[in-house]
Amino acid sequence: MTAKEKMTMTGLLLAAAAVLLIAPFIGIERITPAAMMEGESVVREIFWRIRVPRVLVGFIAGASLALSGMAFQAVFRNPLATPFTLGVSSGAAFGAALYMKLGLAFGMAWLSGQSISAFFWAAVSIALVYGLTKVRRGFSTATMLIAGVAINFFFSSLILFMQYMSDFTQSFRIVRWLMGGVETIGYSSIWTLVPFMAAGVSIVFASLRELDLLSLGDDIAAGRGVEVKRTRRRIFIAASLLVGGVVSVCGPIAFVGMMAPHICRLIVGERHARLAPASFLFGGTFLVLCDTLARTVIAPAEIPVGVITALLGGPFFLWLLLGGATEKSLIYGRESV
Amino acid sequence: MTGSPILEVGSLGCSIGRKRILDSVSFAVGRAEFVSLIGPNGAGKTTMLKCLMKILPFDGGAVRINGIDLHLLGQKELASYAAYVPQADSRYLPFTVEEFVMTGRYPYLSPFTACRASDRSAVRESMELTGIDALADRRMAGLSGGERQLVMIAAALAQGAEMMLLDEPAAFLDPGHERSVMRLLREINGRLGTTVLMVTHDINRAILTSGRVLVLDSGRLEYSGAAVDLISSGVLEKIYRREFDCIPHPDAGCDIIVPDVIEYDG
Repeated sequence: MTAKEKMTMTGLLLAAAAVLLIAPFIGIERITPAAMMEGESVVREIFWRIRVPRVLVGFIAGASLALSGMAFQAVFRNPLATPFTLGVSSGAAFGAALYMKLGLAFGMAWLSGQSISAFFWAAVSIALVYGLTKVRRGFSTATMLIAGVAINFFFSSLILFMQYMSDFTQSFRIVRWLMGGVETIGYSSIWTLVPFMAAGVSIVFASLRELDLLSLGDDIAAGRGVEVKRTRRRIFIAASLLVGGVVSVCGPIAFVGMMAPHICRLIVGERHARLAPASFLFGGTFLVLCDTLARTVIAPAEIPVGVITALLGGPFFLWLLLGGATEKSLIYGRESV
Repeated sequence: MTGSPILEVGSLGCSIGRKRILDSVSFAVGRAEFVSLIGPNGAGKTTMLKCLMKILPFDGGAVRINGIDLHLLGQKELASYAAYVPQADSRYLPFTVEEFVMTGRYPYLSPFTACRASDRSAVRESMELTGIDALADRRMAGLSGGERQLVMIAAALAQGAEMMLLDEPAAFLDPGHERSVMRLLREINGRLGTTVLMVTHDINRAILTSGRVLVLDSGRLEYSGAAVDLISSGVLEKIYRREFDCIPHPDAGCDIIVPDVIEYDG
């Protein structure tokens, strides 16, 4: 690692630590460290039962989404490939909503059934979108985005249908959850998220060299010794775990998965050994910041954090699509088959 | 051919969809041979290289590399025996030149180990041999076609394989870069003893650079023999369905093809 790289990584680490330490104090109820010391029970309650878990959920969600976005971008070799644009978020959302609607109550060991359902449908939508891009040999940006849009529509309409069939309260719950938010009470959401994140993150971090090679193209990767199909499947499973876990708890949060890895690529370069930890830290930090903004900007009311990321992400997406990406992007012409 | 062949291909067949791309192709390549593979567009040349690298599955016959059946070779092991340089295209490539060449060391690295000194020196040596050391920190995306091709070969070289499969390594290059790529391949072949199997459309280059030429047409092997006998064999007229004019090369002594005059007789 060069000195400059070390500094950048340290900077990201410090920023993450600072945000994690400071964010819990900010909100409608201003909490000062002094107040905490004095031991007011209400303040402590807000701090430990609401703020800290919320910040942690935000960080885990942002980091997971960023990492899954990075993995998609490498495998699809396109900066516009993200959980959201590929329709994977919608798939996961459908899985989670289906579980909510049917009032199912299964789980495996300590894993939540809602997350498992989200994971499963995330995996299904990845298989769909990847299959669609492969049908038309070669994978142009257009094919990929159109496949993503199609899958988005498909799952969104299924979600709408379920909402239509639901009663008023259930329907409101689904709508609010679909806006994407990281608010939580207590630590149960964190325990739901952690196994999915841990599994997904370990797989991604064990595949950094493969991600490097897949971003060069399947033929070059295979020529260097990557078992392309098996690796791709493994990475898709990891991404489904990350997206499924987050979406089942927080709802679909748009664009973190696109912005974080893209910005990190500009800061630390394109090798995944740097890009993965950078995206992880940046994504987590970024979502916690967005959420802090979400709960203060129109206080005492709160905006769902998904609304903020979507507001920021829309223009960013357009910038990528309309040319900001042409110079440094992964957008390819047709792949020679 | 000395010793056991490094590559043995026995009645290799490959279909994509319902189309038969390769049909019962058999040949062998000896150690340190320089072999050119020529043939009309769509003859199956690229498909053959991809089958040999297990990028495409083949559905008939057997391939043995270093005497080991291709089906029994893991991808990493295969990559340590054979390196592949695909056809040049305009795809975006990430990384700097040095990072890209380092990807050639993949077969020797496990997920959590850092690059060792031996990997670094392999990278340095192949960058020196290909003459791209000055480009080390340049971005792949900013290279010219000629530079990019040299880097692709450098990365394949860093792979440390005994055999290199190249798909039209000099296509689209200007005559200056074409010559540097060919010189480099001759040097890799002569000095390092690396076996070279190269797909090309340049018949004269195949005659003048390689020891042996394989000719593929519609998925069938039509010729396998010494490069100097290619023209006299008459196979070219058959597969390209046209006549060729030949003259002796002033230095090499063997016949080469001269471009024909195209007249407009309207």
